[in-house]
Amino acid sequence: MIDRRLVTNYDWTLLGIVVAICLLGIMNIYSASAPYKLVGAPYYLKQINWMAAGLLITLLICSVDYHLLEDVAYWFYGFLVLLLLAVLLVGKRTLGATRWLDLGFFTIQPSELMKIGIILAFARFFNNYQVVGGLAIKDMLYPSLLLGVPILLIMKQPDLGTAVLVILIALSMALFVGLRWSTVFSFVLVTVPVAWIGWTSILKQYQKNRLLDFINPERSRLGSGYHIIQSKIAVGSGGFWGKGYVKGTQAQLRFLPEQHTDFAFSVYAEEWGFLGSLVLIALYLSLIIWGLTIARRCNDRLGALLAVGVAAMLFWHTVINIGMVIGLFPVVGVPLPFFSYGGTSMITSMVGVGILQNISMRKFMF
Amino acid sequence: MIKEQRYVREVAQPKRRITLLVFGVLIVFALLVVRLWYLQILYVDKYRALSENNRLRFLPVAAARGALMDRNGTVLVGNQPSFSLTLIPQEIQDVEATLDRLAKLLGLDRTEMEDRWQKGKGRARYYPVVVATNLSRDQVEKVEENRLRLPGVEIAMKPVREYAFKQSAAHLLGYIGEVSEKELDSAPYNEYNPGDYVGKNGIEKAWEQELHGEDGGRQLEVDSRGRVLRVLNEVRPSVGNSLVLTIDERLQQAAERAFGDKAGAAVVMDVHTGEVLAFVSSPTFDPALFAGKIPTDIWEKYLKDPRHPLEDKALSGLYPPGSTFKMITALAGLEDGVIDDATTVTCTGSYTLGKATYHCWKRGGHGIVNLRSALKESCDVYFYQLGVRLGIDRLAAMCRQFGLGQALGIGLPGEKKGLIPDTAWKLKRFGKRWLPGDTPPAAIGQGYVLVTPIQLASMVSTIANEGTVLRPRLVREVVDADGKVLKTFAPVVLERVAASPADFRLVKQGLYAVVNDPGGTGAAARLGDLKVAGKTGTSQVVKLGEDRKRHLAYQYQDHALFAGFAPYDNPEVAVAVVVEHGGSGGHAAAPIAGQIFRAWADLKKPAPRPLPPPADRTPAEPAPAAILPPGQTEQAGQPAAEEQNR
Repeated sequence: MIDRRLVTNYDWTLLGIVVAICLLGIMNIYSASAPYKLVGAPYYLKQINWMAAGLLITLLICSVDYHLLEDVAYWFYGFLVLLLLAVLLVGKRTLGATRWLDLGFFTIQPSELMKIGIILAFARFFNNYQVVGGLAIKDMLYPSLLLGVPILLIMKQPDLGTAVLVILIALSMALFVGLRWSTVFSFVLVTVPVAWIGWTSILKQYQKNRLLDFINPERSRLGSGYHIIQSKIAVGSGGFWGKGYVKGTQAQLRFLPEQHTDFAFSVYAEEWGFLGSLVLIALYLSLIIWGLTIARRCNDRLGALLAVGVAAMLFWHTVINIGMVIGLFPVVGVPLPFFSYGGTSMITSMVGVGILQNISMRKFMF
Repeated sequence: MIKEQRYVREVAQPKRRITLLVFGVLIVFALLVVRLWYLQILYVDKYRALSENNRLRFLPVAAARGALMDRNGTVLVGNQPSFSLTLIPQEIQDVEATLDRLAKLLGLDRTEMEDRWQKGKGRARYYPVVVATNLSRDQVEKVEENRLRLPGVEIAMKPVREYAFKQSAAHLLGYIGEVSEKELDSAPYNEYNPGDYVGKNGIEKAWEQELHGEDGGRQLEVDSRGRVLRVLNEVRPSVGNSLVLTIDERLQQAAERAFGDKAGAAVVMDVHTGEVLAFVSSPTFDPALFAGKIPTDIWEKYLKDPRHPLEDKALSGLYPPGSTFKMITALAGLEDGVIDDATTVTCTGSYTLGKATYHCWKRGGHGIVNLRSALKESCDVYFYQLGVRLGIDRLAAMCRQFGLGQALGIGLPGEKKGLIPDTAWKLKRFGKRWLPGDTPPAAIGQGYVLVTPIQLASMVSTIANEGTVLRPRLVREVVDADGKVLKTFAPVVLERVAASPADFRLVKQGLYAVVNDPGGTGAAARLGDLKVAGKTGTSQVVKLGEDRKRHLAYQYQDHALFAGFAPYDNPEVAVAVVVEHGGSGGHAAAPIAGQIFRAWADLKKPAPRPLPPPADRTPAEPAPAAILPPGQTEQAGQPAAEEQNR
């Protein structure tokens, strides 16, 4: 029983922004992988497939009322926690970390899906937990548990980048619900001394090194800072107009690391310059603000919470990735949503867009 | 009333908060834009220049591998510098012309250089690609002289392995070679680069993590002619850790000399610690050849040699233990009360079980034998009967206690488990019942039974120390570049054999008789002053009559084995020798074992004191004491007397 209003209310703006970013990304991946020898299907073609699959997923998610998401939120969350446990027990080990679960027919990365999991779980929790005057310390007990369990499991893999993102998404949602100043203060009061004591007297040097390596994988490696230097040269040398498509010397001469995935923006900024970068950043800005607008326009708390969560997810990915590429943040392996090559990131982001679309389409119902 | 107002505010507040969030997002994005403006507009000239002149070059400096030393600190494998020719992708303008020039200038194979270039250039623009290794000093000088005409060509210095004793202990030490593409994709080698050297076999492979060290490097900024403008970053290479092995190179060489050009393996083990003192696999090979490109003819020679020089026979050679196995059968019989030292059997030269007849190696028979004489003369009939009375499962249980049929965990690649058959195994392997007729051959170490030389050494060592199965160990210590000891390794007890000391002693007496009593099969291992005990073995490769065998081709000849220990009264060292297709154990293997025991005893002698002035020399100094190992003087004095009495 598809309501006709659903079709007329389809959020074309949202779809337009997302498709625009995806297309720019595919075009950029073509350029970034041009200097590499081809193994299998070209990256840009694979990315087109991922995009198509992702869009299909958004449609699937739209087709059911998002209030159904509330009912399955905890089940989904619990299922992901089980998957995270399974990863630790029987996961596939690559590059010194166990993040993948081999399901026989394909492999999945449960920590990545946990970003959606935490959005659903927090939305459900806060939807039924109304407080007056912001969240007090005692109100933080359950949310802390909801967040803490998966975070510990993800850190154990270890995958600090994803853990940090999940925490940032959760904190953003809590901030939206509202925190009392006393909560903020006590959070700082507890965290800072604990971290300081832990750092100075509990952790051993090798553990500290390991932590520093998590935060900045380039730290201990030879040629420390090389990637950042090269990325800054790429972005900076692009100038106002850019060097032209498939003409970026830094990218085409392969000075850049991971140039079709995490450093895709640096290839883009070199070839399209400040102007092109502004266009892309404007697209991301409108996507995030559109997400927040959906949250504002929607008249029930659940929808607002979900939309804010998705917007936060997109926001933090974008800011951390671009910040890393232009030398504002240390190197953390965070992809740029819809723009970096990779199926996992594309699917997760598209699920988020599907949720936004779902809420946007049904705003008339309230 | 107040509460209601608050509630109203609460509903209105989310909208306000979203406005706040939008502001936050705008601020952060503004920061990103400011940073982009800073990079792309304010400092565009600086970064333009850097990108046009991007000549950040990375020069790797290889870490020296840790050394391998013997137990006395003698360096067995060290390092020496080797020069290789590298091309830097970002600086080469005309690869074809450069390769042509290099081939002409240095007399190198152009196609090989091109091949290496094609494989290596894909990594990174700044990373040197090695196109030729092992340059001579002369070649290095020629490149240096023509530097200006060879832009993008660099000489790289790398430490390479130097084998102080050439082919000695090659199987144990292993060799290194360039990391393969397959290895690069696997976890332990993730940090390696193509062209890096890694252990490919033996200790070099098993201890790669300790030995490898960490490569260093320099990040340089150079001008368009390749001149270094400044060093941006420098990481010193850190030398890998060295290993002190358990072997004694002098004993190793003596064992290798004793082996001569025969094929097979010998293992010498300390019976109290499990330390391997010598580890021979023969014929051996030249490990230095593997570091470079092996000349095709030598490679072919190695591969086609029917005696398989590349195979580590001590660890992965599987042999029927033959009569050396009788020490286990005897111990199992004593322990299970099937026999005692007084039990006698009449050997008529053959033994009949059902319809089958099993021959003793001595066609005429041994007459009446007891345990001691059955071991001494290696009477097969005695052990056929003992085996049948024991049953295969009780025998196999004893073997398992000795660690036979399972890997001892020596920690080198390629260790084999051997095979100890029993009823369950046969059912599983062949789907057939164990037949009574399968037992007699197994009781004398034939049939399905297979052991490796290292297991043979461990087996006789366990007899010698009366029941302690020790893990054979090859590494004593890990030391860092400054000689500081980082790790030491203690003996590892794998198992204690459940058998009484009295039973062990009865078996040992038999083994003593093998070597020292008149008519013993192991007489060739007898040494005057050092009491050796042991057991010979001749294991069939094909079932044939004795006289026909003499005319057979090499690969059908019997294997010759010897497993023994010394000194008899207070055992210290165990020796196992397997000579492939060597004929009889008493003739081919026992003499080698004898020479190894001799060399061991000689090495145990206190180092000769500097000769005192002639005036002080006391003629009364007892001569034999000097030959005896310290602490053994009293006990070792007795056999001499015994010998005279006889």
